[in-house]
Amino acid sequence: MLWLGQGLGLGSRQAASWRITQGVGLAYALQQLINGITLGMIYGLIAVGYTMVYGIIGMINFAHGDVFMIGAFLSLIALSGLASLGITAVPLALAITLVFAAALAALYGWTIERVAYRPLRGSFRLAPLISAIGMSITLQNFAQVTQGARVKPLAPLLPGGLVLTRAGGFAVQLSWMQIAIAITTVLCLGLFTWLVTKTPLGRAMRACEQDLKMASLLGIDTDRTIGLTFVIGAALAAVAGLLFLLYYGAIDFYIGFVAGVKAFTAAVLGGIGSLPGAVLGGLLIGLIETFWSAYFSVQYKDVAAFSILAITLIFLPTGLLGRADVEKV
Amino acid sequence: MTNQGSPLRDAFLSALVALGLFAPMVGLQTHVGAHGIALVPRPLAVASLVGAVFVLRLAIRLWQGRRPAAGMSMMAGAAAGRIALAAGRARRFLVPALLALALLMPVVASRSTLDLGVLVLTYVMLGWGLNIVVGLAGLLDLGYVAFYAVGAYSYALIAQATGLGFWSCLPAAGALAALWGITLGFPVLRLRGDYLAIVTLAFGEIIRIVLLNWVSLTGGPNGISGIPRPTLFGLRFTMTDEPGTFAGFFHLAPSSAHRLVFLYYVILALALLTNWVTLRLRRQPLGRVWEALREDEIACRSLGINITTTKLTAFAVGACFGGFAGAFFATRQGFISPESFTFMESATVLAIVVLGGMGSQLGVVLAALVMIGGPEMFRALADYRMLIFGLALVVMMVLRPRGLVTERKPSVSLGGAARAIPAALIAEGRS
Amino acid sequence: MATATAALLDVRHLGMRFGGIVALDDVSFTARRGEITAVIGPNGAGKTTAFNCITGFYRPSAGGLHLTHADGRGFALAAMPGHLIARRARVARTFQNIRLFAGMTALENLLVAQHAPLMAATGLGVLAILGLGRYRAAERRAIDKARMWLERIDLLARADDPAGALPYGAQRRLEIARAMCLDPVLLCLDEPAAGLNPRETAALDALLLGIRDQGCSILLIEHDMGMVMRISDHIVVLDHGRKIGDGTPAEIRADPHVIAAYLGEDDESADALARAAAP
Repeated sequence: MLWLGQGLGLGSRQAASWRITQGVGLAYALQQLINGITLGMIYGLIAVGYTMVYGIIGMINFAHGDVFMIGAFLSLIALSGLASLGITAVPLALAITLVFAAALAALYGWTIERVAYRPLRGSFRLAPLISAIGMSITLQNFAQVTQGARVKPLAPLLPGGLVLTRAGGFAVQLSWMQIAIAITTVLCLGLFTWLVTKTPLGRAMRACEQDLKMASLLGIDTDRTIGLTFVIGAALAAVAGLLFLLYYGAIDFYIGFVAGVKAFTAAVLGGIGSLPGAVLGGLLIGLIETFWSAYFSVQYKDVAAFSILAITLIFLPTGLLGRADVEKV
Repeated sequence: MTNQGSPLRDAFLSALVALGLFAPMVGLQTHVGAHGIALVPRPLAVASLVGAVFVLRLAIRLWQGRRPAAGMSMMAGAAAGRIALAAGRARRFLVPALLALALLMPVVASRSTLDLGVLVLTYVMLGWGLNIVVGLAGLLDLGYVAFYAVGAYSYALIAQATGLGFWSCLPAAGALAALWGITLGFPVLRLRGDYLAIVTLAFGEIIRIVLLNWVSLTGGPNGISGIPRPTLFGLRFTMTDEPGTFAGFFHLAPSSAHRLVFLYYVILALALLTNWVTLRLRRQPLGRVWEALREDEIACRSLGINITTTKLTAFAVGACFGGFAGAFFATRQGFISPESFTFMESATVLAIVVLGGMGSQLGVVLAALVMIGGPEMFRALADYRMLIFGLALVVMMVLRPRGLVTERKPSVSLGGAARAIPAALIAEGRS
Repeated sequence: MATATAALLDVRHLGMRFGGIVALDDVSFTARRGEITAVIGPNGAGKTTAFNCITGFYRPSAGGLHLTHADGRGFALAAMPGHLIARRARVARTFQNIRLFAGMTALENLLVAQHAPLMAATGLGVLAILGLGRYRAAERRAIDKARMWLERIDLLARADDPAGALPYGAQRRLEIARAMCLDPVLLCLDEPAAGLNPRETAALDALLLGIRDQGCSILLIEHDMGMVMRISDHIVVLDHGRKIGDGTPAEIRADPHVIAAYLGEDDESADALARAAAP
């Protein structure tokens, strides 16, 4: 079983000795901030898919985390294939992989919606949830059967990085990989924001989110819009899968569950249905987890993330950026 | 489902999609080699999968074409509906028949079948316990395994610390699980349905992580072994016939089958106790209010019902039975570790409740037979077993979203036999 | 304290705002014991909001709500949790869009309303599970009461039918009966005649007058002016969150402010009021 952020755990153990030196404290915190934001961006990309689907059809797409996992595998396959074809220029290989993984994961997203959710639309509320859990189990075992249960490692593509500052022998490093992750995330989210705010598809999506029945009465093809929502969400999850693969350098068929649960937590924390909220929630979960691992214990980092989710929901039931809904009597 | 194009074209498009899905994931297997990842091509596997999709889709479309009025899923759904309806009509005979079969199992069944029976009954009991929370009160709980785990660890730890046996520890295991239910429920039960789901899921994970990491108490990933096995009025089940053992007392040849049969009857009794309490509660104010809560929370509030306490009772009673089941699991295995309490368990139990038909006790039994018995029969499929399990879950939901037994029997009636209430009228809890 | 009990519900300077929107602004009126008090007004006047404040679904932003029982006990409703308003202060209500337990039978609906006394008899559930103690007697009493109400609303024959399968008018009556099973001192009805045909409305008149005469006061929101004028003892008129009229049906009919408010609305209600005003 591979837990998210194991690499960070290693970092924190090394850091224990560093912390003895006084001046290191701030530098150490800065490093955690960088690591936390990197992790948070990956969560944010997955969370967007959860929040979009929930916003439109009010369902927890449990299989979304596993689409992320499939995306990571597709990326691994693409990178290995490109390497064997002799395409070794890193930017080119990454760009091709990104498009390949996003496109095929989008196909997975579309198929899942078509096969497992669309027949259940407007039916009993729990049926799509169980269907989604079934889909999640299916995808996990599909990846295990077809690609094997072993952890798949990937040699670092972009080693090294920038040393931002040094304090008492502790170097705050911003790796090339982290920069690449940040650029990719910002570009994808920018493209996505443009898609949602400026295009007819985005308008249709927002209309469906407001009122599915009304949107359909106004002539919006709701089935198509919902299908495209899954496509976009899956493509973003695949990007997250690629970034995860690059950052941690290892994946297995189980990464989808943990990442999925945390990304959903992020979506709820940010206010489910809110797209900026999903990104904000992702960043917060990434930071909480990283700082908790660095200063308290790696083992209980998930406990910290989940506890903060519960506390937020109790005191702020619609999340950080969610719309408050007045109870209709 | 609308008819899109000719069947041949449709099947071709489906095959094209299948090609996209399967070509990389199935067609190119990643192998960890000495020089990083190597890709092993498997064109034959892809071709056969794509061909299968083509043929299947074509067959479905042609079959649909013969009966243009209804889509495939509707037809199959209707068929499943007819079966369920027949089951509903046959309930008068089905329930006693199932009960008789359950009682006679140890006499007629082989060892392995009996072992499977113990497993199925454990899930029936868990399903009945969760049914109180999800089916009756309409509260979506995705972390039911937490209470199962609390029950199992409570029994194991109390038994180790005090040397008490299964029967003395059982009430404590249930009570502790219920206490956890209340502790968790108190702050979160005012949350909306889906938020409740995610918080309970998180709680289930928290419990597992704590069990995994609190090594000094729980043994961490190594778990707890040497958990005392159950006794029959103090008689132990061993492979000897010395005094104080079951075999010795009844002058029988010692056999490991005795314990298995005994375990079977213990879990049968516990499950039937769960069922009995639930059925009694349903006819009482408390159970009735649980169902009313599922129907309309706001109306309940207007009738002077304290929603938080009512939800808490449902949560606590459900948790208590989960705790009993956990204690049984611990005594049956003699060994527990966090691995047995993953989200998969919660998902399976919830799937049993939903597939059974929310709130239906008989449905839970049928669903547990299908979902636990089914995969066990396909053990030979090894790795493909869970893949098929997942697919079957999707197919069953698509064909029968409301579950196997969908009607609700009124809890009280003024005169004559109460008529069943059709599913369309029954609410499904707050969203 | 018979003289002091004339005022049952005293609404004082009630205010309610949602964000920037003022739904109720300084509304004061009194509902007297043994009377039917109607709250009327155009759509969006704040009638249902006032109801939601009185029955504890909203917490008012300003003002007070005082209820006095016949024995002199007083309740500050604005500070009470919603379910205690129903249980202790004995204020029951129905909803504009019917909220029955659709998947439960008519009888079950009426038994849920008697939860508190039934639960008290179950001995924390244990006695009831074992079928012991006072529970059996309590249950019999509850069923008898439900039967009485089913008979009164003419639904005895359909006692074992799911509430959701009953015709619309029957659902309205059942919701009233369910509220009455709480033994309320004040029954708040939110548009009980909406969607009823004239014959059903006439039956509703009789039912409500009967409830009043047996000692339960009624607070009534209704758009059917004919019905309001026929059965109300006292009418309060709201418009845009403010009270614009208060008096007997005859006084309201002649009140120029009220007529202006309704004519300004230019809808059916205005015609209805005009027709009611010109007997």
